[in-house]
Amino acid sequence: MPQVTLTVNGKRHTVAVEGRTLLVEVLREKLGLTGTHIGCDTSQCGACVVHVNGDSVKSCTMLALQAEGAEVTTIEGLAKPDGTLHPMQEMFREHHALQCGYCTPGMVMSAIDLVAKHPEGLTEREIREGLDGNLCRCTGYHNIVKAVAAAWPLMHQKAMPQAAE
Amino acid sequence: MYDFTYHRPTSVADAVALLGSDADAKALAGGQTFIPVLKQRLNKPSKVVDLAGLGLAGISLSGNALVIGASTRHADVAGSADVRRAIPGLAALAGGIGDNQVRHRGTIGGSLANNDPAACYPSAVLALGATIVTNKRSIAADDFFQGMFTTALEAGEIITSVSFPLPVAKSAYAKFNQPASRFALVGVFVAKGPAGVRVAVTGAGQNGVFRQRAMEAALTASWSPDAVAAITTPAADLNSDIHGSAEYRAHLITVMAKRAIAAAG
Repeated sequence: MPQVTLTVNGKRHTVAVEGRTLLVEVLREKLGLTGTHIGCDTSQCGACVVHVNGDSVKSCTMLALQAEGAEVTTIEGLAKPDGTLHPMQEMFREHHALQCGYCTPGMVMSAIDLVAKHPEGLTEREIREGLDGNLCRCTGYHNIVKAVAAAWPLMHQKAMPQAAE
Repeated sequence: MYDFTYHRPTSVADAVALLGSDADAKALAGGQTFIPVLKQRLNKPSKVVDLAGLGLAGISLSGNALVIGASTRHADVAGSADVRRAIPGLAALAGGIGDNQVRHRGTIGGSLANNDPAACYPSAVLALGATIVTNKRSIAADDFFQGMFTTALEAGEIITSVSFPLPVAKSAYAKFNQPASRFALVGVFVAKGPAGVRVAVTGAGQNGVFRQRAMEAALTASWSPDAVAAITTPAADLNSDIHGSAEYRAHLITVMAKRAIAAAG
């Protein structure tokens, strides 16, 4: 059986996989990181989003073997060791940006990537478009958008140049 | 998903040899269509040959061409200062494919080789008169797209880059999204460049991307949204499905063409 070596949340792992094994299956079933969810399994819902080499990707739409040598960050890798939440997680909590919580790990991972890659600021419309790979059945998205806008100043440690709303 | 053996060659020659070694071997680019297809068991490859290790990613700008490597991701095309400057409509198109996560994996070569009838890239490649470069030859866009999911690519032929002729005076893409998939219900790319004035339509045609030649003639005479406002597309050859009838798509072609022309300025 082939092996894949990848770094997940700073820790290096070598795992035996099949050719068809998906990255999300390695994360959940081999490494026990069940914070990354499988929602639709048709590459549309975004519940499985993680960061691979600094980019948000759908871990259900990537073979584990494609992640050879990659640096992967999952929802479990965001909070500090003392339990302090990442600013995006904190703003999701603050703004009640989740109800059932199923989409939340993917939503948070996509949102962090979106905010990090827009140092010029984000409008409400840009946040909504930037999250269109993540589906939520509960919230109506409004509080998610608020949380992402609120996290921008915390992540960039300055006021957002453009008003989000 | 049925199991397969995974291969990651580091040269085009090795990739071609692997693909040629087995009739059921398949190439993997970004995987944003291919992996969902595998998950649905619509395809049962014996070998999957990952093209990501071939060193085919990158964008280069010369005086008379913008060359995009086959493995270049949509996000990198969208974010490239060279693409934005040389062919802004192409950068905008790449930035609207799928969602951020798809754009972080999907590649131009993969999109073109698949030739999904609702994919965005074929419209730009056809409207801009680009050349698809493979390990064997160069193929003009006019000859490359040969119907739904069908291209001029032969067995064992791999796209290595796409060359867009410059200078491009005007370029823009307008897409009406199918909201669940973010593929084009109808997408129209308009361009004025070395290939002349061209209008290419994706998402609508039963045989995939096509040129709207009546609009091209009208825009050659007068580049303005009004020039195409009265030009209709026969619905007979257009797709009809639960998302939209052929007549609806025909209507959208004119609407999207007008929007694209306005956006191109």
